[in-house]
Amino acid sequence: MSESPIDSLARATPPALAGRIRGLSDRSIAWLFVSPTILLLLAINIFPLIWTIRLSFTNFAANKPNAEVKWVGLRNYERILTDPDIWQTMQATAHFLFWSLFFQVVIGFTLAWLINRKFRGNDFVTTLIVLPMMLSPAVVGNFWTFLYQPQIGLFNYAVEFLTGIPASSFSMLGSVALAPWAIVIVDTWMWTPFVMLICLAGLRSIPDYIYEAAEVDRASKWRQFWTMTIPMVLPFLMLAVLFRGIENFKMFDLVVQLTGGGPGDTTLLTSIELKREAFEKWRTGYSSAYAIILFVTVFGLASIYVKALNKVKER
Amino acid sequence: MSAFSVTEPSARSKGIAAVLVFLYAFITLLPLLWIISTGFKTGPDSISYPPKVIFTPSIEGYVNLFTSRTRINEEDRATLSPPANFAEAIVRERDMVITGPSRFGERFLNSVIIGFGSTFLSIFLGTLAAYAFSRFRVPLKDDLMFFILSTRMMPPIAVAIPIFLMFRSLGLSDTHLGMILLYTGVNISLAVWLLKGFIDEIPREYEEAALIDGYTRFQAFRKVVLPQAATGIASTAIFCLIFAWNEYAFAVLLTSGTAQTAPPFIPTIIGVGGQDWPAVAAGATIFLLPVMIFTILLRKHLLRGITFGAVRK
Repeated sequence: MSESPIDSLARATPPALAGRIRGLSDRSIAWLFVSPTILLLLAINIFPLIWTIRLSFTNFAANKPNAEVKWVGLRNYERILTDPDIWQTMQATAHFLFWSLFFQVVIGFTLAWLINRKFRGNDFVTTLIVLPMMLSPAVVGNFWTFLYQPQIGLFNYAVEFLTGIPASSFSMLGSVALAPWAIVIVDTWMWTPFVMLICLAGLRSIPDYIYEAAEVDRASKWRQFWTMTIPMVLPFLMLAVLFRGIENFKMFDLVVQLTGGGPGDTTLLTSIELKREAFEKWRTGYSSAYAIILFVTVFGLASIYVKALNKVKER
Repeated sequence: MSAFSVTEPSARSKGIAAVLVFLYAFITLLPLLWIISTGFKTGPDSISYPPKVIFTPSIEGYVNLFTSRTRINEEDRATLSPPANFAEAIVRERDMVITGPSRFGERFLNSVIIGFGSTFLSIFLGTLAAYAFSRFRVPLKDDLMFFILSTRMMPPIAVAIPIFLMFRSLGLSDTHLGMILLYTGVNISLAVWLLKGFIDEIPREYEEAALIDGYTRFQAFRKVVLPQAATGIASTAIFCLIFAWNEYAFAVLLTSGTAQTAPPFIPTIIGVGGQDWPAVAAGATIFLLPVMIFTILLRKHLLRGITFGAVRK
């Protein structure tokens, strides 16, 4: 084996230090390797979480660092949970979450199922389809506001071209009825490939011999699809829904660029509301409590879901 | 393979599938093609009705992206010397003069510094930790996946509140170092998880053989494990890079000047009376194109990162 630069570096290391490194036991190497990561996780993930919990019981405002901080107990939580506007925000989030997941699952699974026919060029076309999800949601979301312009936008023009509804007669982002769907469309456009990729992995994990056996037993294609394909892909599909569900529950960048929460508060998702409370109204204590409530909600829902997922996997 | 296989779809069903999938690909790529083409349109061409598919290409958008300009009146224009270069000439046609470079270059450079800095740090720390998790008995090992998931359940805005306070008191607000540490913190749990998967796949026998040959644990790690894990490390690195490159929520809340990256900056590019769409599209093209190229070249290796390690092959 030829000598690498690392080797020459190692030889240049003073003998005492080299000896110390060589002499390290497995146990100390394990700690040496793991501790920087753990320190970083403590600093960036755990410590902020604890601080948020602490702040959530106070009336602290980050724009007035010198003001007296009062301990307010559970009042922040009480105010959030009794505020009807919060429920409206939750509803907007639920609408977005449900429909974007619905379309992504239907389209994503269909695409994966079609791609799994292994036609010529399927690898190439998969790569093309994956492109939108790799891009910056903020930059792409911002550009979609251009595509959604009445009159000049490509989206409106396409609708006019296909249905005859004049392009200038509707505004996807300006109308109270259409805006919640506008964000669902962009999210579906962006993240369907994700569901597709996971479904594809699921479909490819099904061994051919199962289908061969089914053919021998003269099971119809329809029956094969419902009794074999679907149950075997289901754990993968559920995993995709879990990941997308978590991501969409905390959706911020795409939607803040598209609508900023408007018109009215029709697309005011929880994250956008949280940003307003924390960084525009500077109610740091209140928004910390809000953050904790959101975290607990996602955490609870995800735990229940993971239990269900494990049941499906065991079957 | 046999001439006839029951599991092989018929030529006709393959054909129909191909047509449908390519049609979807075409529709889904239209917005991206539109971004690229709008970058080469003039202002009036970009907002024409019906939308222009065929147009005379112009680099006005790119010139506007990289310069700041000001409008001048008729008399002053007469006193100007002839335009020194092509950019000046394009701007003059719109009754403006270039007053200096725009911020785009700096913001793009910030994205590069923060993206590569945090990727390097995540991979460096992540590989070490992943090796330890893979080969040694370490506490917290079983909680790792749970930890990754739970850190991702917190909306970025919620984490941003204490991070904002912490950075302010440490003097890390709006600095490259602060953003590099933050993105590393966000990326590292996933990076460790992915890397552990890759290292798990390297047979322990290789190292054991090296240890018997008189290598120390450290040498075995460096000379046996690292080269074997190179592909996995590279694909994890690209995944970390893309995350840091695309990240918006932290960037918009925690940076405003010195360390601002491109994603919060591009949507703020405005021209006369609203957004200057060709310039926005030009910026978006420059920013998105590297990721598109990476994705096309490295799709196979990205799959695992994209799916949080759920998809192995």
